Parts: sequence; C-alpha cells; structure tokens
Amino acid sequence: MKSAAKEIRPSIHRLRIFGRVYEREQVIAAAVLMTPVLVAVFMLFILPVVQVVYYSFTNMTTSKRGTFVGIENFKYLIGDSKFFKAIGNTVLFAVMKLVFDTGLALIIALMLDSHIPLRKFLRSTYFAPVVVPVVASSLIWIWFFDPDVGPLNMILEKLGLEPLLWLNDKSTALVSILMFSVWKGIGYNVMLFLTGLQNIPDSYIEASKVDGASWWQSLIKIKLPLLRPITNFIVMIGIINTFKVFAEIDVMTPTGGPGYSTAMIVTYIYEQAFTRGKMGRACAASIILFVIIFILTQIQSRMNASKTVDYD
Amino acid sequence: MAKKKYNYLIFVILILGAVIMLFPFVWMLMSSLKTTKDIYTYPPKWLPSTFNWKNYTAVFKMIPFGRYYLNSIYTSLMQTFIQIALSIFGAYAIVFLDFPGRKYLVTLIRSTMFVPMVVTLIPMYLIMNGLQDTYAGIILPQVFSAFTIFLITSFFDSIPRDLCDSAKLDGCGYFRILFNVVIPNGKSAISTAAMFAFLGHWKSYTWPLIITNKEQYRTLPIGMKYLVAESSKEYQVMMAASVMAIMPVLILFVLFEKQLVKSITLTGMKS
Repeated sequence: MKSAAKEIRPSIHRLRIFGRVYEREQVIAAAVLMTPVLVAVFMLFILPVVQVVYYSFTNMTTSKRGTFVGIENFKYLIGDSKFFKAIGNTVLFAVMKLVFDTGLALIIALMLDSHIPLRKFLRSTYFAPVVVPVVASSLIWIWFFDPDVGPLNMILEKLGLEPLLWLNDKSTALVSILMFSVWKGIGYNVMLFLTGLQNIPDSYIEASKVDGASWWQSLIKIKLPLLRPITNFIVMIGIINTFKVFAEIDVMTPTGGPGYSTAMIVTYIYEQAFTRGKMGRACAASIILFVIIFILTQIQSRMNASKTVDYD
Repeated sequence: MAKKKYNYLIFVILILGAVIMLFPFVWMLMSSLKTTKDIYTYPPKWLPSTFNWKNYTAVFKMIPFGRYYLNSIYTSLMQTFIQIALSIFGAYAIVFLDFPGRKYLVTLIRSTMFVPMVVTLIPMYLIMNGLQDTYAGIILPQVFSAFTIFLITSFFDSIPRDLCDSAKLDGCGYFRILFNVVIPNGKSAISTAAMFAFLGHWKSYTWPLIITNKEQYRTLPIGMKYLVAESSKEYQVMMAASVMAIMPVLILFVLFEKQLVKSITLTGMKS
C-alpha cells in the first residue's frame, strides 16, 4: 500500500527534524491545529501558575502591584487562626463525606445490583441530583433548612423533636451542608460502584456459589477486592473535590457561615482576594491549596497503579 | 437464573431511598405554584391551593432573570463551541498526525489536569482585568479542558485508520480528512462530549462570580445567588427560578440519559 501511495502522490515532501523524518504536510497541519491549543495552555495554565507563585511572595493588593516581601504571606497564613479553621473545616467535611461517599454509596449500589423490578428507573432517580446545577438545587435546600417554615423542622416537630437552626447555628451548619452534599453527589459514586459490580464476570460469583460461599462471603472475598480500584478512586476524588468546593458553600452560607464554621479553603482565598483585596496573601493560600491537591492526586495515581486485583 | 424471584425487601428500601432523592424536586415543583399564604401556613401544605403561575412572572420582575438566562445560554454555548473545536483540533493532531514533539505535547496537556481553576483564580482575574464585565471575560478562561481533549482522543482512536488512508489516496489533504472523514465519523462521540461540556458550563459558578460586577453580565447561577438575598424568604419565587434553571438540564437528562451516565462514569474510570 505504501509504495502505491508514493506512486500516486509523488509530490510528498519530507522534512528531517532532530534526526527523524516527517512528512511536511503533516507537520504543517499539526502546527496549525495545535497552535490554538498551545495558546490556551499557555494563557490559562502556564502563565497563571507562574504568576500565582510570583505574587505569593509580594504584598500585592487590588489597587497596587506590590513589592517583593519574601515569605511574609506564608508567615501570616501560619499565624492566622481563620486559615487553620478553614483547613480544619475542609478536612472535617472531607472525612464526614467520605463515610457516605463510600459506605452508603456501596450499599445502594449492591442493592441496585440485585434482582429487583424497576431497576433502570431507580438507578436514574439516584443519579438525577448529580446532573442538576448546584446553585439551583442549593436554593431548594436553603428552604429545607429554614428554621421557621422549612420542611425539615416541621418533620422534626412531627416526630416530637426539638427544631434546629440548621444553617444558622455553628454546630449544625456544616452537617447541614453535608446532608445537601451527600444528596447531591451520592448518585455519582453509586453509578461508579454499580459499573464496577456489573463488570465482575458472573462466572466468578457462580464458581463461589458452587464452592458453597454465602452471599456475604462472596461480597467480602470477591466483590470488594475487585472493587478496590474504584473505591480508591472514589475516596481520593472525593477528598480532592472537597478541597475545591465553593459554590454550594457560598450560596448557602455566604461569608463562611455562623462562626466561620462552614468556611472552606476556597472560601478563605475568595475572602482574602475579593473582599479584603489582599491578592498576594490569597495567592500564598492558593499555593498551599495547590500543594495539598497535588499530593492527593499523586497518592491517588500511585494507589491506582499498585493496588489492582486481577483474577484472570 | 430465569426462575429467580424479585427481591422485594430490597426493592422497598430502594423505593424509600428514591423518594428521598426525588422529594426536593417534587417539593420545588409544587412550591413554585404556591401562594405566600400557602408557604407560611402550618401544618405545611403539600399541594398548592391554587395554581399560582404568578411566581414565574415575579422572578422576572424581581431580577433581570431573562437577561441572566440569555447570558447563560450564550456564554455556555460559546464556551462549549470553542472548547470542542480546540479539543477536536488537538485530538486529531495527537491521533492522526506525526509531528515532532507530539509526546511532550500530550504530557503538557495532561499536566494541566493537575492545576484546578481554584488555584489560578487570582492571576486569571488579573490577566482578564481589562475584560471585566464582558462576555469574553466570562468565556475565555473556561474554554480549555484536557479532559475533553482526551475524551475525544479516545473516540478518534477507535476510527479505523483505513478510512483516512483511503481518503489520502484519493488526494485529500489533512484538513479535508479532518472535516470530511474524521468529524463525520466521530459525530455522536463529539456531541456527547459537547453536551457534557455544556452542562459543566451551565452550572459554572466561581469564575463568573469573580469576573462580573454589573448586573447585566451575570449568568444564571450568579443571578440566583443574589436572588436569595433579594427575595427575602419568598421561597415560592426562588423555587420558580430553580425550576426554570433546571429545565434545560432535565430535558437533556431525559433525552440523553444513557450517554450522560456513560460519559460521567467514564470521567471516573479514565483519570
């Protein structure tokens, strides 16, 4: 075939670049197509990353370009109790969410994987909140949490329990957002677990049944180990996404909530940069956030590489 | 296996769970038709006493909702269009063209996945300083996604090379192969990626919040954030706004559920 192509198109131009031969037309086409991509990568990633590092060492504000101040911003952050409160909240939120992201999602997925009527419909209902825009669904839940006319307090009263202040109380605000967040996001993890369960060949389960294994034994010995990579993924992505969370927090509890109890790291960055105008300081906090996310991402990819179980 | 009976206990538990999952949507729909009186009566009413469509018009009176809506449609469509175009160009070059530095480019694109937008918000704000309160300012920083490039790359990988080779034999140049062979063959995959991108842009919050000050450039999510303060607990109006904001997504979900679920789970498996 190749020689035939040469005969029909004798005009092929060859280019030698770094000791390898390329076809000139292909290189030109690639250059034309790749230029916009490269411009985007440069403007939206390389340049801002370089700048965020540089600005983090300056005392830049909204109104002045600022001068170099060394590690002053980082020193400030280490001494700022609000910053640690924000990190603490984020970690706490991530850990609480993890219980539901993995445990509850796995239970629902196992149930959806069993022999039941209306399976497809049920699957869709658990997934529906995932696709709904976060701000629109936050609005529904703001009402749910209303201490005076919200349905949640009405249910509590019906059950003879004390009504709560929900988003307006620093001891319940973060848990309230957690409730929203679990409702909103659990379908995604259910879907991942379900895909994983359905990818397990029936023959494995059949074989274990022949060997006299109970449902429980086949869960512990076969299904869970095979779901390991998905579980790792859900855990790490769950944590990473919590470190990036902002929209629902900002809509439901603006300015960090009662007693700064729902402020996340991004809330803190936003406040420093756009409420107080401390750009340099906000960049330093961004760097710390970046390092945290980067480490988490590395752990995640390591886990995926090493812990895969293969039964074939 | 065929004789196996349905497991009704699990079915009942799952139905209860489904009720919890759907309750907020049902509540939203019902409430968007209630009157103020319905909302503040005790015990609460499930159904509206009359169908009060006025809430929907009230949204437009309270805030420039129509403007927000059009802003969101326009910016989301533009972002999706540019993002898909960039991704098709990049993916085509990566999959079908042989050029120096290809491997490094793939690595470079992949490395952008490590930099979430929340980290670069401030320099981005300063770079886009001159474009504050413009559509370009909202659109431009959100037009690149390494994920979309790799999604389309994996689709393009499955297009048989023979198709391109025979087009080449017919004397097609590389651009014509892209537009006449590769894109038509990848149409369904590209539209899945486009829908996925659109949904992401439709709900986008942090960047539009930062780059817009003037009311007339706010997108829907930003406008709705301000509606919470503006409407001061007129929940029926808030719900009407939510219904309208969710509608396009719901339509897409019902029409394309299969592809949506697939591409969302793919996001999970790929990275």
